[in-house]
Amino acid sequence: MNDDVFALWVYLARTPLLWLTVTILVYCACDRVSAALHRTPLANPVLMSMVLVGLMVRGTGTPYADYFDGAQFIHFLLGPATVALGIPLYQNRQLVLRAIVPMGCALLAGSVTAMVSAVLIARFLGASPMIVASIAPKSVTAAVAMGISGRLGGDPALTAVLVILTGILGAIVVTPLMNLLRVTDMRARGFAAGLAAHGIGTARAFQVDLLAGTFAGIAMGLNALLTAVILPFLL
Amino acid sequence: MLLSLGLILLCQLIGEAIARGTGIAVPGPVIGLVLCVLLLATRDRIGRLAPVELRDGTFEQTGRGILSHLSLLFIPAGVGVVQRLDVLAGNALIIVMALTVSTLLSLAVTAKVFAFVASRTARPSGTP
Repeated sequence: MNDDVFALWVYLARTPLLWLTVTILVYCACDRVSAALHRTPLANPVLMSMVLVGLMVRGTGTPYADYFDGAQFIHFLLGPATVALGIPLYQNRQLVLRAIVPMGCALLAGSVTAMVSAVLIARFLGASPMIVASIAPKSVTAAVAMGISGRLGGDPALTAVLVILTGILGAIVVTPLMNLLRVTDMRARGFAAGLAAHGIGTARAFQVDLLAGTFAGIAMGLNALLTAVILPFLL
Repeated sequence: MLLSLGLILLCQLIGEAIARGTGIAVPGPVIGLVLCVLLLATRDRIGRLAPVELRDGTFEQTGRGILSHLSLLFIPAGVGVVQRLDVLAGNALIIVMALTVSTLLSLAVTAKVFAFVASRTARPSGTP
């Protein structure tokens, strides 16, 4: 009997089906919990799903590469999702064009702040050059950040993790922080979320407000661009 | 639905090809985003010549479908944390401080600069 169970496990562990299913269903459950808690920032669906799925992968002794064999089909959609951000952007083009000056100023100030503050703090605390290069692009969307980090002597896989952690952190703090700072302009709130916390911040912004989400998407795209260009000169 | 999905993938494909081909620092999907905007602008320009699926809202619906679960797409990379627990633990203070302070700071600076410049450049006739 135990042998049968083991044989079944060996079979399941080898197909992409298992971890693809687990990832989607765990996310659905966590998203329900987040909705039931009225989208309170701390009940972040990415954070909850990551912890649960991570525990399962660890608990079953599954190598990450095997997990990723299944989960890559979801990961792949990050690219098309970035393209699809063009749709709300086009639909709101009049609003976006009207805000082009504040967007440009906020982009430059925010992008430089995100890079410089991370690099200075890491260096001040005695981080190795590899760690500094891995942390520097943390506010940029994962695929791009990994490319930047690899070119500058960082560890792309570590960068991916730091990017996700930054995104989750940003998505959790953005609403309370903006309320504290008394920023009521949804465009400004969304733009900040997308710039500092890339796609996860953008997902959070879409949860709160459609206009905020649109501006978050723009900020995410522009910051990926600007960081890729500027960062090599800062390190 | 299928045509819409195909066109979104095509935007990304051309974007990746441009990024690789020219070696510019712009990521492929971001070029794809620009192409997607151009595609929609062209659709509105040529009117009835565009395929029905592009005009009846299906394209927008497909995009919304992908975007409505944007959070899900980050989980596979996020689970990668299990691979790097040793590095994270070894540099815990650095990482916690750098991520927290830098994220709070960049959120605050971005939003404040945006709101400040927006209030200065808003037309006096007063859009809110």
